[in-house]
Amino acid sequence: MDAYEIVKAARDEGRKTSVDYINEIVEDFMEFHGDRLHGDDKAIIAGIGRVGKFPVTVIGVEKGKNTQDRITHNFGSAKPEGYRKALRLMKQAEKFHRPVICFVDTAGAFCDVASEENGQGRAIADNLFEMSDLKTPILSIVIGEGGSGGALALSHSDRIWMMEDAYFSVVSPESCANILWKTTEKAPEAAAALSLTAKKLYKLGIIDKICSKGDQKGNKEEIEKELDKLMNTELTDLLEARYRKFRTIGY
Amino acid sequence: MELKKLFLKADNELESSSNKIFTRKIICKKCDSKISVSKIRKNYFICPECGHYFSVRARRRILMLTDKRSFIEMDAELQSRNVIEFPGYEEKLSAAKEKSRENEGVICGTATIWGRKTGIFSMDANFMMGSMGAVVGEKITRLFEYATENKLPVIGITVSGGARMQEGMISLMQMSKVSAAVKRHSNAGNLYIVLLTNPTTGGVDASFAMQADITLAEPGARVGFAGPRIVEKITNQPLPKGFQKAESVLECGFIDEIVPREVQMDYLGKLLELHGEKDGCL
Repeated sequence: MDAYEIVKAARDEGRKTSVDYINEIVEDFMEFHGDRLHGDDKAIIAGIGRVGKFPVTVIGVEKGKNTQDRITHNFGSAKPEGYRKALRLMKQAEKFHRPVICFVDTAGAFCDVASEENGQGRAIADNLFEMSDLKTPILSIVIGEGGSGGALALSHSDRIWMMEDAYFSVVSPESCANILWKTTEKAPEAAAALSLTAKKLYKLGIIDKICSKGDQKGNKEEIEKELDKLMNTELTDLLEARYRKFRTIGY
Repeated sequence: MELKKLFLKADNELESSSNKIFTRKIICKKCDSKISVSKIRKNYFICPECGHYFSVRARRRILMLTDKRSFIEMDAELQSRNVIEFPGYEEKLSAAKEKSRENEGVICGTATIWGRKTGIFSMDANFMMGSMGAVVGEKITRLFEYATENKLPVIGITVSGGARMQEGMISLMQMSKVSAAVKRHSNAGNLYIVLLTNPTTGGVDASFAMQADITLAEPGARVGFAGPRIVEKITNQPLPKGFQKAESVLECGFIDEIVPREVQMDYLGKLLELHGEKDGCL
């Protein structure tokens, strides 16, 4: 598949969403609601459960399954209250020292008037700020779309994994083509230029692992193994490694 | 030796440009008045007729806000590379360098305000719309690390269209990189003040522009995450009056104070004083 085919596959409506991954990987999942400030954003599903021997906090961007469901979940575009719910539960995970798993699948943060007025930029900035030294392990897996800042807000993690047919990009190929070449028809060229596939991002050292999409049992085992490793790392080492991970990107 | 060179650079910039354009007149975009550059400059780059805020270059911002000859630049030599081989990026970079007469879109260093030493960064709208690539991220990160090590406050002047798409995910990740450095600076009990200028949007709005202890903005500055056209398209309605303008962002609760240019330096000086930074002219 070329880069743009991967983008299209990542957007495919029949694709597995966070709910599926949670069902397959997390036992005893219990969903919690609300950011305690403003509301409950259905674009983010979050709660606690268990992966192997570890109680975990799980956060997923959910796109929904059918038209009605997709409207309920706002097509997986989170509002500030969604990012704040995620952060609230990450802070809770820190308190009980349980690892956080984020399933990332969003075209981008929602950008309506209300989200802007409720501080979308601030909400994302807060997540990056707090996740950078959250005193518990964080593992993020981009399962479909990794759309810009809205995806990054759940990806400031010890490990960033990606499904083999997922993408993670600073800008959508369509917007990029539109800005540079004044036509969305050049989106395939933009997709190729943006280095947004799992393979390219692995090569650039931005992600840590490429997951095979068909093998959920294998993925679950890998997650368990990684959590085990991260939970057995001294906290100061974990946080220093997290700092270095991002510190070394780009220069 | 090196310090001397940097002092010279700061002064030269002011002088060489003033020789060239001192007598030139420009037309205010807002009120169409013809005003001489020298008049505008004396008036803090505000139109004396209508109060319109002209955009101010990064280096001049620093001169306007800090004690004379106190600015010492850091990491001025860092230059961007086309790591992901994005088509046309090299040409864009050369054009930006020429237009801005800077190596990159942010200038970092230390300076004093009212004799109090501070780290300072200032973004430049003339360099690819102040977009953040690896070098912008790196320079700001280094400044925060330096300030953490030396227990200095940081003052940031932002103007940016967001992450620089020509650097793909490397630029997006700069949001994370800088945020982590800001957090360490904050954890160590140091002060960070941001001055949002027109426009501060996208990935910069969604990271270090919104992470300061004290968030200030210039009158009328656009501050927001998504571009207004995108928001309009999503909502399918005309945008509310004053949408994303600093004054309404303050009403929404995300800005501490709107500070007009004439008083910015004094405002910052007072903030530094209230936070008890020690005098230290190097």
